[in-house]
Amino acid sequence: MLEPQDRLRFEQTMLPHLNSAANLARWLLRDRADSEDVVQEAMLRAYRFFHQFHGGDARAWLLQIVRNSCYTWLEKNRSADLMTEFNEEVHQHPSPNPETLAAQTDDRERLKRALESLPARAREVLVLRELEGCSYKEIAEITGIPIGTVMSTLARARQRLYRTLTTATAKEVS
Amino acid sequence: MNCEFARTTVHGYLDGELDVVRSADFEAHAEGCVECQAEMKAISTLRRQLQQSDLSEQASPDLLERIRKQIAQETNEKPSKIRDFRRALLVPGLSVLAAAAACLVVVLFIVQSHNQSGRITAELIDAHVRSLQPGHLTDVLSADQHTVKPWFDGKLDFVPPVADFSQQGFPLVGARLDIIDGHEVAALVYSRRKHIINVFVWPYREKEISLVNSGSRHGYNWLQWQSEEMEFCLVSDASAQDLRELENLIGQ
Repeated sequence: MLEPQDRLRFEQTMLPHLNSAANLARWLLRDRADSEDVVQEAMLRAYRFFHQFHGGDARAWLLQIVRNSCYTWLEKNRSADLMTEFNEEVHQHPSPNPETLAAQTDDRERLKRALESLPARAREVLVLRELEGCSYKEIAEITGIPIGTVMSTLARARQRLYRTLTTATAKEVS
Repeated sequence: MNCEFARTTVHGYLDGELDVVRSADFEAHAEGCVECQAEMKAISTLRRQLQQSDLSEQASPDLLERIRKQIAQETNEKPSKIRDFRRALLVPGLSVLAAAAACLVVVLFIVQSHNQSGRITAELIDAHVRSLQPGHLTDVLSADQHTVKPWFDGKLDFVPPVADFSQQGFPLVGARLDIIDGHEVAALVYSRRKHIINVFVWPYREKEISLVNSGSRHGYNWLQWQSEEMEFCLVSDASAQDLRELENLIGQ
């Protein structure tokens, strides 16, 4: 059983990162209600394991637990979500045109749909990097991806998102 | 460096994750490669849109309450201090009492100064929350430091440092005046990925002993420090890491 001073310390170090936790879970599970349930469970786990936190990057420590809880939940309830392969090579696509992309992705809804359509492992690195502003070191800590391959994983994820955005538009135009 | 390699390296370059040597290697290649330049532009656009499209989800207040409740249930709320205290009374010897008295004096001193800085922190956080109410954020709304800085002229008896950090991801939004602990303070407003950061600045007053210089309260992070003449306090729901980044920028 934890003591009141543990609770105080937990509330001060971990609760400020609740929004980051909710954001990551929301994007991994693609459902608000489910993700809040998983976050609640993950926070309880984090509290029970709090004695293992010896200072350092509190957000990365917490997000690692939240991410694991999300994957466990997905395996149990929506294992099809994890079937999408994400190991393609980095493609040398023809030179993109940034101006067209700018016009296409202004729409928040479209960006959201494109991001949601990516494999979970591509989605999570983009959310951690672009929405949460995590460094490569933090991404490695949270996801368990070796630090040396964070850059190539991000490269593939961004290219995948870029392709999704541009093909979706091509379909709508035709 | 060839193009194929550069297609991956460009990501580390834009994320600011390459060391000096690899950065220079990439720049040398990109300078002469139109395709890689276009790629770099495309990725930058994509990144900017992801960061500016307000895609982040916030935890609902209800979730925070649920978690608080759950954590409380997991906590042994009966204070064990009473047991410890009884045990302490059993230990005989005047030296122990003397040491305890000495400790008490130190603790009282710390508690008193802590209360003082804690009260000011609470006031600063209240001021931050107040500023988020519609129409309360800024008295002067401008991203231009040359507009914001002169606005303070004649309104304060000190000159707060005003700078725009858009390039570093902390655009200046504006400024206003606030009253903290009965004194006028300057409040500079910055934004960080949709999060508002209030930077409170006031002249250093020696009587304040600030023992704690960062923390969080009711979900808001705060970070306080003193320069040679001024005292600074950042308050925001942005991450503690973001606050440290902004502190470094202001400190430069």
